[in-house]
Amino acid sequence: MNDGAPAHPDGHGHVDVAKVTLSEEIVDRASVASTDVAEYATWLGDDALILAQQLGWWISRAPELEEDIALGNIALDLIGHARSFLHYAGTATGRSEDDLAYFRDEHEFRSVHLVEQPNGDFAHTIVRQLLMSLYLFELYRELAGSADATLAAVAGKAEKEVDYHRDHASQWILRLALGTEESRERLLVALSDLWPYVEELFRDEPLHDVLAGIAVRPSGLREAFDRVLTDLFAEAELARPRTPTTSGGGRRGQHSEYLGYLLTEMQVLARRHPGATW
Amino acid sequence: MATSTRSSAVTADPKAGAWAIAASVVDPEIPVLTIEDLGVLRDVSVSGRAVSVVLTPTYSGCPAIEAIRDDVVTALTQDGWGPVSVTFTLSPAWTTDWMSEAGKAKLHAYGIAAPTGSAPLRSAGPVRLRLSVKCPRCASLRTRELARFGSTSCKALYECLDCLEPFDYFKVL
Repeated sequence: MNDGAPAHPDGHGHVDVAKVTLSEEIVDRASVASTDVAEYATWLGDDALILAQQLGWWISRAPELEEDIALGNIALDLIGHARSFLHYAGTATGRSEDDLAYFRDEHEFRSVHLVEQPNGDFAHTIVRQLLMSLYLFELYRELAGSADATLAAVAGKAEKEVDYHRDHASQWILRLALGTEESRERLLVALSDLWPYVEELFRDEPLHDVLAGIAVRPSGLREAFDRVLTDLFAEAELARPRTPTTSGGGRRGQHSEYLGYLLTEMQVLARRHPGATW
Repeated sequence: MATSTRSSAVTADPKAGAWAIAASVVDPEIPVLTIEDLGVLRDVSVSGRAVSVVLTPTYSGCPAIEAIRDDVVTALTQDGWGPVSVTFTLSPAWTTDWMSEAGKAKLHAYGIAAPTGSAPLRSAGPVRLRLSVKCPRCASLRTRELARFGSTSCKALYECLDCLEPFDYFKVL
């Protein structure tokens, strides 16, 4: 309200919102992405979108009502991140977030292979959640300092939400690992099935060099990811899996057989009834 | 238009008038809280009768933000303002620290436990300790979390070990 009020403090504390003045440039809807930034935003948006679509399957099928709601809420956060990233990506080519989500084909998606791996049993979904949320937390924490104001704003908000997601997954890892023989056995199978897809998350691509200062180099996140995982595995009495790494290729549009089926289900309504509203 | 002679659009301090109208809009999911109580209303600027409002969503995927936008436009239009434009900002990211003390008291009276403590700037790891949450019904601190994710993104589900009632907790973000 007061012009000339001090800039908003970056930290936390009691803030009189009536005194906060926002500058034009941080109103994210106003900025337009360059071609390279749009490509990078698509990578981020696609990871969040595909993971959200996977989690949506659990609604009405989770082992208990509370878990149904938890996975639904996490999916909703991820949809929010995907919308922000894809909206921004679309500004480069005049496409909307819906154009990008519903009217691109499989080879045009840039998500990593881990998010397209099937839900499997609950243990598989939780292991995928753990690996993705630990990775995304470290990624968004770094990206919040990006030279690109829009990416930084989306990441700064997403970081706090993903913190809850990794907490949720970590609690389940402990419960499954230290629960019954059956739960532990299933968790071990899931860890070994999904471990091959971890490496791709931390692989640097040429675009990361092009966007130095804007994009986050994923290789630099590995140490922090490993540290959190080591502590959690020690508490859960788990050993790191030894299954070998897959080739990946999601960032270049090369996907496993699962993505096509997932997209078909996600896109069918929008493609059958273009422009439909409800 | 017909009521504009008595509207805030013609009062001495038009910006304060427009702010007051926008600030009266409530959260559709927690109708005891206004968007000002929540810290969702971030800026109002006035030029003639045109108003620009800046809102920030509580959570990235919060579905209520679009309903709030529509309600802000309706409230200002009915008060004689127009055109009304609403933009969203994500930065600085919304935090429960911006919830007003009046808002916290209203939440408690409504049966929802208010956020306990401040949002940590950086959490040490994914498994951490929490402050106890006070039961909004009997004020007991002997409560336990049933589910971290409740009826909306911003709430967790708790249970009181004294009065045995379940209740919502507006979690710290």
